[in-house]
Formats: sequence, C-alpha cells, structure tokens
Amino acid sequence: MENIPEDKRHIKGWGVDIDPKNDPTYPMKHRTNEEHKGYSWERPSLQPVNIEVLHSNERPNVTAVFGTSTPPSGLSGMIRRYAFKHSENSYLHWLPLLLADRVNVVEGIVDDFKQGHVPNIFAEKGMKADWKHDKAGLFQKVAITALVTTAAVLILTGKHKELAKKF
Amino acid sequence: MLAMNYRGPRRVRIDNKPMPEILHPEDAIVRVTRSCVCGSDLHLYNGNVPDTRVGMTFGHEFTGEIVEVGSEVTKVKVGDNVLVPFNIACGKCAFCKQKLFGNCHESNSQATAVGGIFGYSHTAGGYDGGQAEYVRVPYANVGPTVIPEGMHPDDAVMLTDVVPTGYQAAEMGGIQPGDTVVVFGAGPVGIMAAKCAWLFGAGRVIIIDHVEYRLEFARNYAQCEAYNFRSLEDPVVFIKKTTDWMGADVCIDAVGAEAAGNAMQTITGRKLLLQAGSATALHWAINAVKKGGIVSVVGVYGPTDNLVPIGNVVNKGLTIRANQASVKRLLPRLIEHVQNGILDPKALITHHFALEEVADAYHIFSDKLDECIKPVLVPPSAQ
Repeated sequence: MENIPEDKRHIKGWGVDIDPKNDPTYPMKHRTNEEHKGYSWERPSLQPVNIEVLHSNERPNVTAVFGTSTPPSGLSGMIRRYAFKHSENSYLHWLPLLLADRVNVVEGIVDDFKQGHVPNIFAEKGMKADWKHDKAGLFQKVAITALVTTAAVLILTGKHKELAKKF
Repeated sequence: MLAMNYRGPRRVRIDNKPMPEILHPEDAIVRVTRSCVCGSDLHLYNGNVPDTRVGMTFGHEFTGEIVEVGSEVTKVKVGDNVLVPFNIACGKCAFCKQKLFGNCHESNSQATAVGGIFGYSHTAGGYDGGQAEYVRVPYANVGPTVIPEGMHPDDAVMLTDVVPTGYQAAEMGGIQPGDTVVVFGAGPVGIMAAKCAWLFGAGRVIIIDHVEYRLEFARNYAQCEAYNFRSLEDPVVFIKKTTDWMGADVCIDAVGAEAAGNAMQTITGRKLLLQAGSATALHWAINAVKKGGIVSVVGVYGPTDNLVPIGNVVNKGLTIRANQASVKRLLPRLIEHVQNGILDPKALITHHFALEEVADAYHIFSDKLDECIKPVLVPPSAQ
C-alpha cells in the first residue's frame, strides 16, 4: 500500500472499496460458465403473446416478458418486419430500422391530423425554454431557418436567376 | 394517465395514454414519484437509436409506489416505495445468475446484444418507461428495491442508474491504490465515476469535458482536477505530459455517442449516422491510457460500428471492460455509501420539472441551458 497518496486521505470514503482480490473485476468476476449448458435454465412464466412481437433471429423465441409499446404498423411496420429477417450482425437489420423510424415520424404527424390534433412542433421541441434561457440562440435558429427557406423558395421558383441578372 | 410521448427526433410531448396493466404474473404497476432524464435518453431524443418508435414513452430512471402486483410477486407488495433499476432482469437465466443483470436473456426479444431496459426503444425490448404517472415493471421479484426509511427521494432515483453506472465505471477500471484515473465526460455519470474512483484508492483523478459549468461542478463535487479540452491543444498529449509521458493507468469513457471534440467523428457519427455515434471519447481514452492500461466504457453507443483505433488497443496491450451497469448487484453497497454520507447523489440534480414540462426538460438538458446537470420529472400526483 506504499502508493497511498497522503494528501487524498481527506476525501471522504477514500479507499473504502479497495479490494486487491478484485481481479479480474466485473463483468468476469462472478463467472460460472453456466451458459456452457446452453439455453437450459428453467424459464420464467411466459407472457401471453397477443400482439405482434418482432424478435431477433439470433435467438429462437420471444423472451419470457416483452414490451407492448407501439407494435409495428403501417409502412414503417413493413420495413421493420423486413429488418428483422436479417441478423443484428447485418446492416440490413439496422439501416432499415433507422429508415422505418423516419417514416414513422411522418406517420405520426398524419395520425395526429386524423385524430384532429395539430401538433405544436415548437412546443414539442421545447422552444419555450430557448425563449427563457437562450434568446440569442433562438434568434439565430429563426434567422438560419428563414434564410434557408428563402433560398429554397427562390431556387424552386427560378427567381434566383432573375435576381442574379439584376446584380 | 399522463405520459411522455416521443414524436420524432427532438420532438416530445405529454399526452394521455392508457393505464398500464399486469401482463405477466411477475409484473407490478408502479405509480411514479420521480423520473430522471438520462444522458442516454438524448440518443433516443436525437433519433440515433434504431427502432425508436413514435408513440413510445421514455424513462429508465424512476422511483414510485407499488399499486398493483401480479400473482407470482412475493418480494414487494402494494404500498412499498421502491427504486427501480433500469435493467429488466429475470434473475433466472445464465447471465442473471452470474450477476450480469444488465445482460438478461429473458427480457429483450428484439436484440441479443442488450438486455431489456425501460423506455429505451424496441432495440432494448419495447417497454414503455417511467416518464409517466404509472409504469408496468416486469420481474418485480428481481428489480424493484424498497427505498430505505429516511432516504431522500432524489437520492433514491439517482440509485437507479447514475450512481451504479458511475461506480461500475470505476470498478471495471480495476483501480489500484495511487492510480491516475482520467474520466472523459463531465455529465452526471462522469462526475459520479470521478467521485467513485477515489473509493477504489485512486491517487489522482482528472476529468475532461468542454462544458465549463460542469467542469467547475466536477472540480468541487468530485474533488478532482478538471480540464476543458477546448483549451488544450490535444487532450491526449496533455494526459501524456501530465503523467510524465506514461499515460493514465485507467481511462473511463463516460460520454458515448454524443461526444464533441472531433469534427470528423461528429459529422460521421452524429450528423450523418454513418457510424454508431461519435466515438471521440473512446478514441481519446484508448490513446491516453498507458501501455497495459485499462479502458472502462460506460458511454452508450448504437448497435453498429464505430471508428476507434483498435490497432492501438493491440499494440499497447490494453484491457477494455464495458457493460451496462448491473444495478441490482451494486445496490446494497451503494445504499450504504449514500446512508454513510460517502456519496451525495442528489447534489447532482439541478432541475425539477413537472412531468407536463417534459419537452422543455429534454431541450434544456440536451442543449445544456441554464447550467443543467441533471433534470428530474415529477408527475402531478407526486408534487
């Protein structure tokens, strides 16, 4: 213990968890190799599967419990089903899932309108907090958005050529 | 009931959703009293985690009162005030039996690489989380832990993730007395990792970040050295110089996918999603640790690939240890540390928001406004 720095002893709790025998430490510390017996443990009771649950093809079944939030649906659901045909080892699993997430955002907006709810994007983005804590940042965002929108409109309407001729 | 509702990248709101139900004999329903927003929630918030579905409720750090239990629940009862580890673990599989509660094999159908986590996308099991008035808690005989009498509720909620993750980061570093420990990231987990490094006998603890108010907080709270990498020409060279050109004994990545500090990593990892997040902190950790040293990773990355100097891991003979915190395993010791005043997790909480202000809470935390370090959401019934 010759390495104990004298000037650190004032720190409350210094060294209380020193354990020279803690090697190898977690996550190998409690290794028992139980997994060598394979998928053989007594499984917990099984949650009834009464919604669509996609499961990784790197395992044989649905786990004993599972989440029931937002089952796959619509176009994004079709993309997710395709993704789960591929293993976690493949980009064909993860990239379609990211694509499905983006499609799902559009589906969410459509669903909002269908239910008569107009999404308040500014509130959802927490921009009230910008007004309170970061007005300069908010003005910068508004200015950049206005600039990009104006440029896009000019390009799309072909008016940028007329402006270029004038100058 | 009121619940946070994810609508797309950087868009969340509060909505009325159906009450959760008992779906399995080991389920419990918990009335939430506190629910944190975690730094790793920001990966979801920014749309960087695959299979994050619109309509999901986030939140994996929460406490509450048990209001209903399934027929096989014996370890907790209605009326108990519990803190709920973020891992969903069965306690029966080969991995749970080895105390790898973050790697349960019976809680996540969608991916084998990660155990079930509350409110953390379908890649982590598709469970609605605790940023709500009520939440379904599977395997209630394993995870939920009764909050000891007299413990402050803010301390209790920090024991669900931040404290165990920070502590395990230090533990996995295999710190020896006198070691120099460098923590990359001065978020709540990084600050806690720096604090816990002393418990394992570190001789010097350094924390690196670029957010000045967090560095100042870390300097005082964790009694460590704190440096802004923006003011260092190269943080790796700085670590080498300050360790007499040896490198740190242990480096901890407590940042994960949202790291700043390297334009190429930021563009490819955070903007274009060409890699599973920006791996700047891990890159620095590998290069700043000594030969034969240990890199401990608790920063969260996505499930695909990252650009890190793996050749240096080989050539320097490094050991890399990493995992989601095994909360249940660590709770007895960490509860002791909180009760003995060795750890004061509630001091990290800078903001309390009403659950209804969830959009502002995410935005303030994400953009580091108002000197936010750790925000907590409080549902109306707990206010």
